[in-house]
Amino acid sequence: MSHVFETFLADSPDAGKIDAFLSGRTVPLVEGDRVTFVFRAEADAVNLRHWIFGLPSSQPFERVEGTGLWHLTIDLPERSRVEYKIERVRGDEHVWLMDPLNPRVAHDPYGANSVCYGRGYVTPPWVQPDEEARPGSLEAVSVPSRVFGEKREIQVYLPARFRTRRRYPLLIVHDGHDYMRFASLKTVLDNLIHRLEIAPLIVALTHSPDRLNEYAADPRQADFLADELVPTLTARYPLIDRPDARVVMGASFGAVASLSSAWRRPGFYGGLLLQSGSFAFSDIGKHGRGPALDPVARFVNAFREDPRQPGSKVFVSCGIYESLIYENRSLVPVLQQAQLALRYVEARDGHNWENWRDRLRESLSWLFPGPLWMVYE
Amino acid sequence: MSRVVFLGPQRFRPTLVDVLDRLEVDGTVAAITAGWQEREQEVDELQDHIHRELVDLRLYERAEQVFFKDPELRDALQNKQRRLRALQTLYRQRLAHALKAAREVMCLDGREAFVREHRQAAIRAIRTLDRQHLTRVRRIHSEFDEQWTPTTRPAVASHCHELEELVARASVVAIAGGHVAILINRLRLFGFARLLARRTLVAWSAGAMALTERIVLFHDRPPQGPGDAEVLDAGLGVVDRIVALPHARRRLDLDDPVRVALLSRRFAPDLPALLDVGTELMHDGRRWRPGHKARALAHRGAVVELKRP
Repeated sequence: MSHVFETFLADSPDAGKIDAFLSGRTVPLVEGDRVTFVFRAEADAVNLRHWIFGLPSSQPFERVEGTGLWHLTIDLPERSRVEYKIERVRGDEHVWLMDPLNPRVAHDPYGANSVCYGRGYVTPPWVQPDEEARPGSLEAVSVPSRVFGEKREIQVYLPARFRTRRRYPLLIVHDGHDYMRFASLKTVLDNLIHRLEIAPLIVALTHSPDRLNEYAADPRQADFLADELVPTLTARYPLIDRPDARVVMGASFGAVASLSSAWRRPGFYGGLLLQSGSFAFSDIGKHGRGPALDPVARFVNAFREDPRQPGSKVFVSCGIYESLIYENRSLVPVLQQAQLALRYVEARDGHNWENWRDRLRESLSWLFPGPLWMVYE
Repeated sequence: MSRVVFLGPQRFRPTLVDVLDRLEVDGTVAAITAGWQEREQEVDELQDHIHRELVDLRLYERAEQVFFKDPELRDALQNKQRRLRALQTLYRQRLAHALKAAREVMCLDGREAFVREHRQAAIRAIRTLDRQHLTRVRRIHSEFDEQWTPTTRPAVASHCHELEELVARASVVAIAGGHVAILINRLRLFGFARLLARRTLVAWSAGAMALTERIVLFHDRPPQGPGDAEVLDAGLGVVDRIVALPHARRRLDLDDPVRVALLSRRFAPDLPALLDVGTELMHDGRRWRPGHKARALAHRGAVVELKRP
């Protein structure tokens, strides 16, 4: 337990003392590798609901006798970042709440979570808007698709100081809109280009109306990207039309779609960025992740059997607090067999957008090295 | 000797016009913006800022014309660049080990003589490596110049004559920053070491680096790699006894005394000058005279203000 909190408890807290203790204090309380969550409510029980793989997903708080104050202490290693909610139980009513004492919030397509920063975690400065960074621009592009039998609307990011006289590499992003909304992708691109840490590049922000099928190693996605999206963009923008200047990326199912698309088109992509991929496999037993991942497992089984060379550079990242860490670690030796340049990074984080955001600098600067060493403006 | 002023970056708080006013420049300013590459001719902001006639020397564009008209020379230049890159890779590999060793030794406690000797020896090893590398780089350039004499080739010579006239008519030559390798290669191609002699020059960022005797690339916190400063190339050598470090506040870990001391001692006795926003440093043809916000790295691992006369 936090020393500060322990001292506070020893003083027989009443409502007034609790008010005074909580006033102006940042919660959860972090001391070394121990984190103390504090919650104040009338309840029959209070639980911490989190997504740390390996720990029980519900952990009970303890009530401070005679008060409405609840607390729970867990160990959390340095530089961890954990998203959570608090479950309040009253009779049969179980309600999941944001932590009212914690202003740190992370958003995702399903809503928002409270966030706990372990000791030493700092939000990277390059994810915050920088007034010195020239902003890139966004354009809407309609891509006719025979593969999907409809037009697909995408967004295209053009770097600041875009010039038609120059040629640019291309990054294709699965779930591009979510990367923009929840992983601050535009701000990150603007900043990393401004800092010369990545090359100015053109980014295709794609999204799917049916991602659970189309991103699940569906061959149509590979065809759409290679035969429809890239030719449309090449006709419209000054792209470097070479595999080594073409990278495809995604997170979760988007990583599956990226790897599957590159595997089905050997030599088409130079680089891949795979974040927390849902790389279920069943060649050594059932994958146990439900029928939605059956087609994924069939693909990953085939990939494990014959990885070919999906690209010449592959960056893989995963959080150690996600259950997918096993599948992602299992992917590493398979990719090593493929004789490509491989970077594999683990973070003390979960299956969430800010984990994927925090890995963008080290991954994009490796896949698209910027002119940092040469340019002094 | 030329009269030279080095400035900090000019994007947010340009000070060029103040310097031109102080130098009482009333004629044309010849601008070299080749480091901006394909944006070379976007000089409107610069033109508005200086309140004087500006002649854009267009070295980037001229070089493109040369490469188109003289493919033999272009291929030879590309071949030279390949040799230089291969040399740089070898140097970088050896340098990484030497720098790692030096940092480790410099972090050791101990004031005993033998510890000091090891520190000095570690730094000497890096200085030797830098010196040998620069010698090899210079040799590649001189072999190339002897074989190809680029400025005498028709595709280049016509530009050289025109540039010589433009520079001669200008009151001052302003050299902007940008891509330092592209800038120095264009300056070298058109023989600017000779054209800039005995001229008044104002240069910032990569422009300042290109005028020194050696171009040092540096960044202490790059997203990839250990951030080992390295000698890239010989500069034009219009000024000596200085290593230009633009954007130092952003690029260097100035709170790390080991890194600061190592960089300072490595290039001694040259002045490791920080060229940050607002900095001004003048060379009167004989010595450096600190102006506004002139700072340098010191051997003891700190940043020091340079005293103005």
